Amino acid sequence: MEQQYPVLIVIIPMFTAMVLTLAGWFKPAVCQPLAVVGLLGSFLSAVATLTKVSAGGVISYRLGGWEPPFGIEYRVDGLNALVLVMVSLVALLVAIFARKPVEKELGNKISNFYTLFVLLVTGLLGMTITGDAFNLYVLLEIAALTSYALLAMGRGRAYMATFNYVILGTIGACFYLFGVGLLLIKTGSLNMVDIGSILPQLAGSQTVLIAFGFLMAGVWIKMALFPFHGWLPNAYTYAPTATSCLVAPLMTKVSVYIMLRIMFTVYSADWIFNVIQWKPVVMILAVVAILMGSFFALAQRDIKRMLTYLIVAEIGYMVGGAWTGTTAGLTGTIYHIMADGLMTVCLFMVIGSVVYRKGKANFESFKDAFQSMPWTMSALIIGGLSMIGVPPTCGFFSKWYLISGAYQSSDYAFIVALLISSLVNAILFIRIVETAFFSATPSEIPDPHSHHEVDYADSPVSMLIPMWVSALALIAMGLYTGEIVTRWIQPILPGGLI
Amino acid sequence: MKVLSLIIALVMGALLTVILDDLPAWGDPNSPANAHVSAYYLENAYEQTHVPNVVTAVLADYRGFDTMFETGVVFVAVIGIMGILRREDDPKSSKKSFKRPPHQPPDPVITGVATRFIVPFMQIFGLYVIAHGHYSPGGGFQGGVILGASIILMAMTGELKSALERMTEDWFIIMTGLGFLIFAGVGLACMFYGGNFLDYSALAPLFGGTPQEAAITARYHAMLWVEIGVGFTVMSSMFAIYSYLASDGWMDRGL
Amino acid sequence: MEWLQINYNYLLVIVLLMIGLWAMIGKNNLVKKCIGMCIFQNAIIMFFISMGAKAGSTIPILNYTKVNGVKTYFTEASMYANPLTQILMLTAIVVGVATLGMALTLVQKIYSEYGTCEEDEILKKIG
Repeated sequence: MEQQYPVLIVIIPMFTAMVLTLAGWFKPAVCQPLAVVGLLGSFLSAVATLTKVSAGGVISYRLGGWEPPFGIEYRVDGLNALVLVMVSLVALLVAIFARKPVEKELGNKISNFYTLFVLLVTGLLGMTITGDAFNLYVLLEIAALTSYALLAMGRGRAYMATFNYVILGTIGACFYLFGVGLLLIKTGSLNMVDIGSILPQLAGSQTVLIAFGFLMAGVWIKMALFPFHGWLPNAYTYAPTATSCLVAPLMTKVSVYIMLRIMFTVYSADWIFNVIQWKPVVMILAVVAILMGSFFALAQRDIKRMLTYLIVAEIGYMVGGAWTGTTAGLTGTIYHIMADGLMTVCLFMVIGSVVYRKGKANFESFKDAFQSMPWTMSALIIGGLSMIGVPPTCGFFSKWYLISGAYQSSDYAFIVALLISSLVNAILFIRIVETAFFSATPSEIPDPHSHHEVDYADSPVSMLIPMWVSALALIAMGLYTGEIVTRWIQPILPGGLI
Repeated sequence: MKVLSLIIALVMGALLTVILDDLPAWGDPNSPANAHVSAYYLENAYEQTHVPNVVTAVLADYRGFDTMFETGVVFVAVIGIMGILRREDDPKSSKKSFKRPPHQPPDPVITGVATRFIVPFMQIFGLYVIAHGHYSPGGGFQGGVILGASIILMAMTGELKSALERMTEDWFIIMTGLGFLIFAGVGLACMFYGGNFLDYSALAPLFGGTPQEAAITARYHAMLWVEIGVGFTVMSSMFAIYSYLASDGWMDRGL
Repeated sequence: MEWLQINYNYLLVIVLLMIGLWAMIGKNNLVKKCIGMCIFQNAIIMFFISMGAKAGSTIPILNYTKVNGVKTYFTEASMYANPLTQILMLTAIVVGVATLGMALTLVQKIYSEYGTCEEDEILKKIG
């Protein structure tokens, strides 16, 4: 049983999805509890795998019993194990959170929603755990198709936004597939580790270089790095609440993980930073992504849309950190994948609660929110502090590592962009908190003598619990930063970095 | 946008022409893609699985996990399209700007008779393609598509409703899930017998003969079950996608 | 030039990739974008399949001889086309069908929402 944990992470949600379809077709009410149970099982398997990896090193699981590279291999090292735990935790929290918003927004499509929800998580977990380049493509498409359907359930403008996402997402996936094809034609293998062991013999091959370009372009489109980010804000803004809570934190983070996997397992750090000279270009993209994301976020009136632009900026953080070519920068990126997943889900759940109570999430709806929704707003403050990067939340430590990495490799523009972005985040969250706390705008200062009554209407408990778990996880992760970095992240950093 | 897209396409084309020299010659049997992994399949597949059709062997066994999720992709498409398109309210109460054209009930004399004549043969052939996939080109996907096409043919010549009487919405949703469940269930059964997920040789205790023979027989049989599962999903999902798309989600009439 | 006579398959793939990408990004009509998507995916499928071709080979179903009722299968790899790329592309075809179905569903929804499939007109209506 113990050696089956890696595959259980993926197949438990998959079986849950099938049972959900059959059960939900006749009785939609059972869907949400079933989804929570399935994702809980997946989360526990992921935790078990993580402890096993930290005790005994890399786990290789042979699907179908065939030895790699002939069969498909699940290869779990510290990097996957951490991302798996993060993804399954976030999915579990969102599944608990989703009950009320889904009932409200998608009344007659509950069973469809949860089936797709669980399959999306299956796809993301499968992408993270697999060691086979083509298996990754198949699961990428599962995750993509489910997210198209989930995003399009938002109706109205969501259809056009999702259609653009379908087109760009397909271009991204096809670029990835073409890159895999170019690698296959030169190496004859699909197993990532096996390709990685053959590639050094092909040094100087133009095809390998172009293949890298296609793989990177595909992954960048999927994660919405700066020139390819156009689809993201619209698609996420018009989506149903529960969908954006799930898709926004996870899709982009898993794509960043895939980028790291391609860079450091399939290709090598030495080849990327010493042979090809792409680093300056990618750093410029990352810096522009951070600045663009921050400034566009500043211009938004709708808070959900503002957060989607912050995601674009966060992508810049992670890509830039990985491409500094330093151990500190890469540590920061890996740490930030998890930190950003948790803080994005926390903030999106807060926004989701406000949308649930007030109908929409612009500055207007945040008025007096502190009196009516104190717990929700307190979670917003923790999430906001983490986004700004205030200790002891984890946002501070990831920025610390990213900045020290950039300092070592003398990428001063990246440091400046990070600081500007923190400043912008501070302005944004102070503005929200100000509206929520000091409700009245200058033109309508309330008479201090008349008692200003606001109804207490906080979010339902089923929404508050996951929100607070994620908020407390942000602080806990910040407090145990040293532990996480030395125990899990440092052993997996590849050689050849500064 | 037009100019920009043209530039992007041209840049991509130019980048690719750079590597033309570096690619192996077309049809070279010794190129890396044809040598490293694929040669292993051709040389060992029969010995290890007793399936002469190497494509089936690799599809359902060596890379069976991919194929399971491939079935999953079809399943996702059905659930997703149903989630987006399906409408529960009455078609007449729709107040959209877009009006559907008035309905003319079809009167299929020639096509109706021809369809009634063709469909049984198509379905027999579809079953043959699924069942004979171990020895000839075919398998679950191909056979499932043929079976699905036979039902779509009925829906196209007659009415969508008449096809939906034979294959109701309940049925195709259940069958789509069931096919996926058969595939994954075979994998789960392997785990219960102590092997890895989808390691069919773990099912050997179900079959007679020496352990080695039984393992090969188990692989051979499990592949057939898996193909049947795929056939279920593909057949019902093809019709499901057609009926949702053709009726714009109302499920009342076709094109 | 001689090289081209042997390897024109790659050129064909490149041309199709370019057409597909151009149509997906640049075309105004949503259905044409879907067509571009199909062309793009099929170009990649052709790339993989042509990669797996071997001169003078047959389909990857093993041939056999029967001597005294005992079947002996020929298992030389050079006799048969590459099965691996064919399997990968079977998956890619299925994925392509599913993506196309999803895209057409969205086009249908967009059409019933705005009454048109032209992107500029839709953007005008969104405002």
